[in-house]
Amino acid sequence: MQEIEKTLRSRCAELINNGTCDKVIAWDRGEFFYDNSPATFACADCAQKLVYDCFCGANLSKYLIQYAKEGKTAVLLKPCDTYSFNQLLTEHRISRENIYVIGVGCDGMVDIDKIRAMGIKGITAVKEDGEDLVVSTLYGEKTVKKADCLLEKCVSCKSKKHYVFDELIPEADGEDVKENGRFDMVEKLEAMTAEERFEFWQEQLSKCIRCNACRNACPACTCRKCVFDNPHSGVASKANADSFEEKMFHIVRAFHVAGRCTDCGECSRVCPQNIPLHLLNRKFIKEINEFYGEYQAGETADQRGPLVNYTTEDAEPTAVSDRGDN
Amino acid sequence: MQVEKQFKPKIVAFCCNWCSYAGADLAGSSRLSYPADVKIIRVPCSCRVNPLFILRAFERGADGVILCGCHPGDCHYSTGNYYTRRRMTMLFSMLDYLGVEKGRTRVEWVSAAEGVKFSTVMNNFVAKIYELGENVKLGDLRCKK
Amino acid sequence: MKKLAVKDLNKFFDAISADQLLYMPLEKGGSVNYGIYSRGDKYDPTVLHTVKSVKDVFFPQCESMASFVTAGKKFEVAPIAPVDQSFTVFGVRACDVRGMEALDKVFLSDPVDSYYAARRAHGTVISVACSAPEETCFCTAFGIDPTNPGADIQAVIAGEDILFSANTEKGIALLDKVADLLSDTDDSAADDAKASIKEILNKLPLADIDLSAWGEGKTEELFDRPEWDELCKSCLGCGTCTYVCPTCQCYDIRDYKVGDKTTRYRCWDSCMYSDFTMAAHGTNRPDKKQRFRQRFMHKLVYFPDRYGMFSCVGCGRCVAKCPVSMNIVKVIKAMGGKNNG
Repeated sequence: MQEIEKTLRSRCAELINNGTCDKVIAWDRGEFFYDNSPATFACADCAQKLVYDCFCGANLSKYLIQYAKEGKTAVLLKPCDTYSFNQLLTEHRISRENIYVIGVGCDGMVDIDKIRAMGIKGITAVKEDGEDLVVSTLYGEKTVKKADCLLEKCVSCKSKKHYVFDELIPEADGEDVKENGRFDMVEKLEAMTAEERFEFWQEQLSKCIRCNACRNACPACTCRKCVFDNPHSGVASKANADSFEEKMFHIVRAFHVAGRCTDCGECSRVCPQNIPLHLLNRKFIKEINEFYGEYQAGETADQRGPLVNYTTEDAEPTAVSDRGDN
Repeated sequence: MQVEKQFKPKIVAFCCNWCSYAGADLAGSSRLSYPADVKIIRVPCSCRVNPLFILRAFERGADGVILCGCHPGDCHYSTGNYYTRRRMTMLFSMLDYLGVEKGRTRVEWVSAAEGVKFSTVMNNFVAKIYELGENVKLGDLRCKK
Repeated sequence: MKKLAVKDLNKFFDAISADQLLYMPLEKGGSVNYGIYSRGDKYDPTVLHTVKSVKDVFFPQCESMASFVTAGKKFEVAPIAPVDQSFTVFGVRACDVRGMEALDKVFLSDPVDSYYAARRAHGTVISVACSAPEETCFCTAFGIDPTNPGADIQAVIAGEDILFSANTEKGIALLDKVADLLSDTDDSAADDAKASIKEILNKLPLADIDLSAWGEGKTEELFDRPEWDELCKSCLGCGTCTYVCPTCQCYDIRDYKVGDKTTRYRCWDSCMYSDFTMAAHGTNRPDKKQRFRQRFMHKLVYFPDRYGMFSCVGCGRCVAKCPVSMNIVKVIKAMGGKNNG
């Protein structure tokens, strides 16, 4: 990772110097070692400050809508972020010629809360060492398996391959991850009884504080004015005024990105209450795959999404309501 | 004397202007009956129905929501109901995933000539809602008080 | 000073909750927030912060204020009365206690907010000293002592025991009520526990954050600083920071109408939202930079101007929860100050 970071810094400085781009969207060091923020770097010297380590979970593609309108912008995209980029291209929210994509290799991003949850306190630094993480704390060093500390979206990573790029750093690209188990939890929920599922979602969704972080971080949520922000829509509420309120919000949020969601996992990553929102999106992805054929949003930039498409032989909605009851 | 409050379901039926609404008209002019619990909302095409309409109907106290449109292939706008079909399949699947009773929502294709079908469909749906009882899981508690 | 074994805390909770509601940090679905205690619920002293602060108890995220019924030409208004039953809140940290002071300044000054005032009058607050502050904590920068959290009763956990001391009459009355569970003790154990916490406090990375660039009368100096342009860029415009903040007090009042019945309720609002303080002419903060600046200027300049105190308490919730880690600490440091290198 440190090697990649070094290469990225010099390459980005080079790109700014030779006029390929006038700014780079990348990650900047936070207050601590684990809280990198998305940032723009507009000069070759500034580009020396960009950071790339195992705490760069944030998906940068959505920032392009706002910041790649003028001039030429370079952006660092991890494999999963490239799907979102393609989806934005499909929907004409960004234009390809304004953007220079640097695909960066990724072998999973770390969730600091998972390390903390192991009872490790006073963490001062985390270093990668092969498959392990060396965690320095106020009370000495500890080694943990990186696989145990990955962000939820990285645990079920679907691809290490970049689906769009102008250049790759490092040059060798990864492969799709076939056995990613990303529908395991959805299947587990499906196997429950309706009552159990209701309990599960009631408990999870009632934690929602309607901060809209899931919506605002989502690279597929790009409406200029959200229906939930429009006081004339009759559904804008700003708060969970009632137990149904949060369900309606989350059903509609997930529905609106159904067929467009690339499963980048940002919604769950940003949720301050740790609601597993990706399980709603994955349910739609799974159903779409089953009913309308395998579909991965953002794989290319010229696909027609399954919910803006049809065949005359599609299943009737009764296919859902007649499914075995449990 | 305590009078037990009898359950009177509120049922919303979204009917497309060209087929199902005309089907309802035909049911009426043929003097076929369907329960008065059904409140029809006319929409230009079944495709006009945003999932949010259905959720909002539930939120505001509906116990069942039925969506009626032209038969696939017969849409006045050629293809509107094909999109409806996919959307509603997805919405119903999500409601089921959240643990909501399956029977509360339904899609039926009713043409302008099917007055009898309209009446049968509504009678069946209302019977199903009576069976399921009051909508608690999807209702906003503020409107029940 | 009164003593109770930590393992007997549930007896203490049961005794208090026998005739009133007891709010405390409770785990639900994997997150800890203030909730109403029911028999058997466990208090976890190792959890430093709830996600939503204690603000949620005194100024709930959503509360109904009145309902209206229209029948023909008749119009009936039924106001919903403020709380009139006593209740207790347990487990409040020092930063949240200071946060309530900030809320008091707003809601208890003229015009008094009757809903908030009623909750303050009927609520007894038991604070608990922080035994393991985290690296995101910087309450000491605002002169808060997390070992002496204040409030009606303050508690500190010392080994196997939890030690209570009452600061107000309400607090004394509550401890009297459960007196048979408690035994008397001197201050030495508490002092030892506090001393060891203070050692950790000195090691906290944000403890010496320099606030000299901020405060009363700095509006003109800070308002047009070029740093805002860069800082606001990564902000997503979500409301996480405002909703987890113990002092953000903006709210919106809305009507919920079904048929002939309307419920008027108020709910938290966030200055990060595009429709915040929307008026007939539109909004007066049309872009992200203005909204972003508003939040920090309010906490660190406008509030001190008006009430003589910062309305940031250094709890570190926004530092930990911001989806893109663009938080108040970065903003404070960006505007200068000697130690903020």
